[in-house]
Amino acid sequence: MYKYYEAGFKSQTLSLKDRFYNLSFGYIFCILLLAAIGIICLYSAANGHWMPWAWPQFVRFGIGFGLMLLLSLIDVKLYLKYAYLLYFAVLLLLIAVEVAGHVGMGAQRWIDLKIFKIQPSEIMKITMVLMLAKYFHSCTLNQIESTRGLVAPVLMALFPAALVILQPDLGTALMLMFTTITIFFVVGVQLWKFALLGGFALISAPIAWHFLHDYQKNRVLTFLNPERDPLGAGYHIIQSKIALGSGGVFGKGFLNGTQSHLNFLPEKHTDFIYTMLSEEFGMIGGIVVILLNLIIIVYGYLFASRVTSYFGKLVIIGLNTNYFLYVFINIAMVLGLLPVVGVPLPLISYGGTVMLSVMASFGIILCMDVNRNLNLGRSSFGDD
Amino acid sequence: MNRDNDKGKTLLQRLSVLTIGSIVLIFVLMGRLYFLQVIQAEKYKTMADENRIATRMLIPPRGIIYDRNGTVLATNEQNFQALIVAEQTINLDETLAQFKELMPLSAEEEEKIRKEIKTKQKFIPVKLKDNLSWEDVSALQLNAPYMPGIIIDEGLNRTYPLGEYTAHFLGYVGAVSEKDEKDDPLFMVPGFKIGKTGLEKVFDERLRGQGGNIKLEVNAMGRVMQEIERNRGLEGESFFLTIDSRLQKVAQDAFGKNSGAAIVMDVHSGEILAFVSVPSFDPNLLTKGISQQEWNSLLNNERKPLSDKAVTGQYSPGSTFKIVVALAALENGIITPKSTYNCSGAMPLGNHIFHCWRHSGHGKQNVVEALKNSCDIFFYQAALELGIDKIADMAHRLGLGKKTGIALENEQSGLIPDEKWKMKRFGTKWQKGESVIAGIGQGYVLTTPIQLVTMMSRVVNGGYEVSPSFVKLNMAQKDKIRKLPISKQNLEIVKEGLFEVVNAKNGTATGVKFNINGAKMGGKTGTTQVRRISMEERRKGIIKDEDLPWHLRNHALFVGYAPHNQPRYAVAVIVEHGSSGSGAAAPIASKILQEAIKLDIK
Repeated sequence: MYKYYEAGFKSQTLSLKDRFYNLSFGYIFCILLLAAIGIICLYSAANGHWMPWAWPQFVRFGIGFGLMLLLSLIDVKLYLKYAYLLYFAVLLLLIAVEVAGHVGMGAQRWIDLKIFKIQPSEIMKITMVLMLAKYFHSCTLNQIESTRGLVAPVLMALFPAALVILQPDLGTALMLMFTTITIFFVVGVQLWKFALLGGFALISAPIAWHFLHDYQKNRVLTFLNPERDPLGAGYHIIQSKIALGSGGVFGKGFLNGTQSHLNFLPEKHTDFIYTMLSEEFGMIGGIVVILLNLIIIVYGYLFASRVTSYFGKLVIIGLNTNYFLYVFINIAMVLGLLPVVGVPLPLISYGGTVMLSVMASFGIILCMDVNRNLNLGRSSFGDD
Repeated sequence: MNRDNDKGKTLLQRLSVLTIGSIVLIFVLMGRLYFLQVIQAEKYKTMADENRIATRMLIPPRGIIYDRNGTVLATNEQNFQALIVAEQTINLDETLAQFKELMPLSAEEEEKIRKEIKTKQKFIPVKLKDNLSWEDVSALQLNAPYMPGIIIDEGLNRTYPLGEYTAHFLGYVGAVSEKDEKDDPLFMVPGFKIGKTGLEKVFDERLRGQGGNIKLEVNAMGRVMQEIERNRGLEGESFFLTIDSRLQKVAQDAFGKNSGAAIVMDVHSGEILAFVSVPSFDPNLLTKGISQQEWNSLLNNERKPLSDKAVTGQYSPGSTFKIVVALAALENGIITPKSTYNCSGAMPLGNHIFHCWRHSGHGKQNVVEALKNSCDIFFYQAALELGIDKIADMAHRLGLGKKTGIALENEQSGLIPDEKWKMKRFGTKWQKGESVIAGIGQGYVLTTPIQLVTMMSRVVNGGYEVSPSFVKLNMAQKDKIRKLPISKQNLEIVKEGLFEVVNAKNGTATGVKFNINGAKMGGKTGTTQVRRISMEERRKGIIKDEDLPWHLRNHALFVGYAPHNQPRYAVAVIVEHGSSGSGAAAPIASKILQEAIKLDIK
């Protein structure tokens, strides 16, 4: 992946200037474009006003962009070094939220820092990836393929997911699990193990069903048949499809979406923003957003393939998959392909935590890519 | 190291699978987008419009009703309402307080309004007061800046300019009730009114018109954002009635404080020129909302202002029925114009004695004299010889005993008994004595005022089968009026008798003045008992009718026509408990017919 004359530099640390020049500007450009589209949509969602959504989102994106640059330019070795520490720190936060939530008698996902609300489950998506990447970075293929080698990472992945389910936040929990499974998949866990897991999941599904909250059961049932409850839970999906379908190929025009502006479309500034976008800009607008996201995702996997270090590859794959899941679940949800699980469309939906966590992910991905020629070495920081 | 290479290789292999998988999934999304936005676009566009566009019906103006000369009898009046829109007020209490200073609201009304505001969405107008006068409207408009949230809205209210004069035949309109058949989408529109009684009900469908509609863009909460399209609909059909409002007024006023009914008919066409049932009520009260107290007083009034006596009141025709018996006797050859019966004041039949109203008797009477004097014995004899079936046959020919088909609700059919009817009703044979009583229009015989005026018309128009109608007949309809199988000569003889009643020196209605353009009136009086007078009372020389309580006094009837030479107008008058046909009913009939001739209604 790297040219032979670069080999001599591969264990060296790059200067800040070199790192900056190594940044993938095409990748950043796509991110900027999507964020700009997002702000335009929020402007429309407020019937052509900067407040209450477009302007705050702009500010958050600015902060997020700074965070992304910061995380992309810091020393890549820090991620490897503090991966476990970060994981456990965030795990503690998750437990704290869970406890506080029980005290507060209700669903609790936030830690309020006045300026920002921190959602530990969002940060966990990143630290989980770092933790697993570090773990597998130091494993041999034999260890990976052995059943014993999987016990620790499976437990470390399941525990936070279980906490998130308890919150209860099914969407985030599922994303955590899918990300974990993807990492297990790429590191080379045998396919029969996944088959076994799949079989087990099928058998235990009825039991799990029992433990779901009523509103979660409703969401699944409503997804399977939206007309079941056209004024209640199914209302969102039906109205979303009407908005999308009535937009047609070219859309109804900026600020002219009837479904969204007459409030038939719920949550038009958050989970259903893609619907509003496709109503106003039609299939053309919808496809542009999908393609931009596809470029970002393909970029990510390309980075993964050209990064030298195993840790870097895994971090990119994990975070990139996480981003992919956001995009896919959100759009599939508003198109009526998946149940409404409350996953926002990153960079476009209004919301601070997701904006920051996604920008942070981009920063870390970029950092891995910036230092693509650096061999982090398996034994230098590993446990073995 | 080898295994390390394998570890890297495995990762790259699986990464390519992952990448391809992701791309495939992304393309699934694009495919779905294509499906929804291209293939199913039309379906969803329709659904989006259904969401966004609310259609509201517009109430069309109801048809106007005129009398035969173009005087408005029923029309639509602009109705100004004061409404409040909660969300447009700065302070609801202040606005309401300001409003109350201009237009007081009772505590009850205010509570109702506040409740409505609370339960309805904030942008929906709530009615504060309607039927505002011009002064109210200008006062509100002047003070509008101090009362944000108050708006003035105009609608249409049905009004009846002649009020009490037209109540019984026009009826009135009211809100759609549960019982009404909901065959028109207009019925769902709040505030829509339909004809509840009278001609408003009969012609309702045509008066109603066709609802227009207005398409509005609404949001998910139902708030109106803008008007898209307006379709005005079709105004209701207007009607010209045969009523002459001038005659109507004179006829109704002629009753004074009396209770009863009068109908004036054009004898050649059956067109109704005046239609009176008194006491009456003001239909405007009912369309504008009537208080429970006012309603109860109408409902419980012993003179029944709400019931239309002209078609629903069934009265014994009394002596007015002698017209039928005289005709039947002449037609059946029982009597000739010259033949006579001797009236000694009493007639024994079996072990019963039937008296003439004049106990000293009338002596020898031919049919014209008998009509003039209203001699009971003559008609006892004639009826006895005719038998009830022949009397009934003539009564039917003249329009008695069945509904006239005037289309007003609750029209009664009256009763003309015959042998079959008696057997069916009581299971016993018809008695001769019953024929005798029927001969003077007592006993089972019942008629309505509208039947009596129809009878009068048929007798004096040369025997043509006219039927009452509120709308003018066209030529074809007039040509269709059938000649009844009654000989003209016999009709003329009866008419001669009716002329004598009013114009001979000693007819029963001779005292009644009739002086207009040299025209003469003919007619027949009738006085019918409301209660049975016992044999003992009869023997004792009786209490005078005037001394009885009102509701026990005799009904007074008069059927008449004018001018005698070429009859044009027929009238039937009944004065409930008016004691005497000649004293109470005949003067009213005379007044009405004189007015009709004076107005020269064509």
